[in-house]
Amino acid sequence: MPQIVVENLRKSFKVAERKPGMLGAIIGLAQRKYRTVTALDGISFSLDQGELVGYIGPNGAGKSTTVKTISGILVPDSGRCEVLGFVPWKERRAYVAHIGVVFGQRTQLWWDLPVEESFELLRDIYAVPEKQYRATLEELVTLLDLQPLLDTPVRQLSLGQRMRCDLAAALLHAPKILFLDEPTIGLDALSKIAVRDFIKKLNRERGVTVILTTHDMDDIESLCSRIMVIGQGRILSDGSLDALRLRVTAERWLIVDLEEGAVEIEDPDASVIRQEGSQVCLSFDPQRISSAALIGRIAAKYPVRDLLVQNPPIEEIIARLYRQNEQLNVQLAAARDQ
Amino acid sequence: MRTRTAETLSRDVQALKPYAAILNARLLTLLQYRAAAIAGFGTQLFWGLIRVSIFTAFFRSSNRSQPINLPDTISYLWLTQAMLTMVMWRTDADVTAMIRTGTVSYEMLRPVDLYGMWYARAVAARLAPMLLRGLPMIIIASVFFSLRPPPTLPNAICWLIATCAALLLSAAITTLLTISLLYTISGDGLLRIVPPIVFALSGMLVPLPLMPGWLQGTLRFLPFSGLIDVPFRLYLGHISPSEYPALLCHQLLWTFVFIAAGRYALDRALQRMVVQGG
Repeated sequence: MPQIVVENLRKSFKVAERKPGMLGAIIGLAQRKYRTVTALDGISFSLDQGELVGYIGPNGAGKSTTVKTISGILVPDSGRCEVLGFVPWKERRAYVAHIGVVFGQRTQLWWDLPVEESFELLRDIYAVPEKQYRATLEELVTLLDLQPLLDTPVRQLSLGQRMRCDLAAALLHAPKILFLDEPTIGLDALSKIAVRDFIKKLNRERGVTVILTTHDMDDIESLCSRIMVIGQGRILSDGSLDALRLRVTAERWLIVDLEEGAVEIEDPDASVIRQEGSQVCLSFDPQRISSAALIGRIAAKYPVRDLLVQNPPIEEIIARLYRQNEQLNVQLAAARDQ
Repeated sequence: MRTRTAETLSRDVQALKPYAAILNARLLTLLQYRAAAIAGFGTQLFWGLIRVSIFTAFFRSSNRSQPINLPDTISYLWLTQAMLTMVMWRTDADVTAMIRTGTVSYEMLRPVDLYGMWYARAVAARLAPMLLRGLPMIIIASVFFSLRPPPTLPNAICWLIATCAALLLSAAITTLLTISLLYTISGDGLLRIVPPIVFALSGMLVPLPLMPGWLQGTLRFLPFSGLIDVPFRLYLGHISPSEYPALLCHQLLWTFVFIAAGRYALDRALQRMVVQGG
């Protein structure tokens, strides 16, 4: 049985609108205008224990709303959701003892308290037995290298340090599911790697199910075996990274480094995407021409210094998926209007 | 049978532990603010002296006999200076910030009762200044400014109990104010309107016995006399310990009403919650 089942989840918000400027403010006093924003427009998926899922989408697509609904903070308008046998927003108190959540942009630590006192407060709030707390804390301190931070007040931590402490705070009660909302936002490269390594270990060694929202495609590429892409409140794609690539585009890229002063490349089976100095990026369809054949032809015709074949970066894939989705929506709207 | 009761009891104590932990943590944090405490103490001392002079002048200018004599009034005034925080309401700054920024999400992820958690914070927020400023004020005013001790020991004990009940009542009202932020976000408006009204109705501004006779019934019915006037008049001996049980019920009943209202408002707010800032 899946650990998380979500069926046809819908949620919309009312947003107060007013015209800008003084006049708008005065009109707004007398007459409030509301616009309904649909954040979730029928989301369905299910997750098994131990999965590590990337949940991605542009700002305002409904990522955070989904996470907040599944974690019991928001009440949806309609739809079904069951996690570990609980309906999150109905049995919130009993349910949240089994999950951990980190919102990258916010801290759950007490600002004025040293880190360790925040942890102890969480221990009391979650009623973690002392022995279990000691063991978990020791493990987390080692994995996240927290020892030097434990008696520092939270307000004096750097963002990277704070994020490591926040991760530990979300895991003190040994939750079965971990929700991470943009855990690497604003972190430097080293901190990002530390956070990723930790998440990976947690998932592999302890079997914790992880749902991760992010804008950082490196997070996705290095962590997630499954990717759900959301746009305008709907799930556009759900599957492995390779499946996503196949669905959106089969094309591959050939990056060619030319000798100085070379001319533009022209080839019947490949098109130039961009050219920066001596470096040219070509896209081609491997169904029409194999990479070997294309490389042979280019190398014979032009003064090539170096060659590299790669898949289009994941950003590109996702951007295309959104564009396809938008075009589809435009077509649908046009069809409705007729 | 007995072990079963003991078990239930220990489970009840366990269930209270998270709230006690929050209260303790908040209290320890608030007790750190020494500079604020010293500044607040100085201001309250200064205002106390001014108010004592004003009331002395008022008593000297009139020959009519007053419902409360001058020495008692002076004691009453010093007690108001000491217990100012009982009605000097602020919504919890942390919770306010949480609601403005959306960090309140984290509060909902705790496997404890949200109202209980905020109530524990409110108790800490009332208790800390009482310990930091109220206690020293009572000592200083007793030694230097003719604050007289309670006439009998039972009166002193009843005063202590009434002060604790007033604390619980005050915390219930502040928690309701904090919860109102979930509806208005900024909450400045309510916080500007409510305290002056409560100042007048609780005895903070003018001792309630000096208020007009026709108002006395209403004042006794409203919850606010339970914050200031009841404990103080127990201290002064105006209310005898045998009259107190009824007044304790008044304090507790209103506390219950505010807790119920707060819980209702919170439940409703959570159903329609929007998290600020995505």
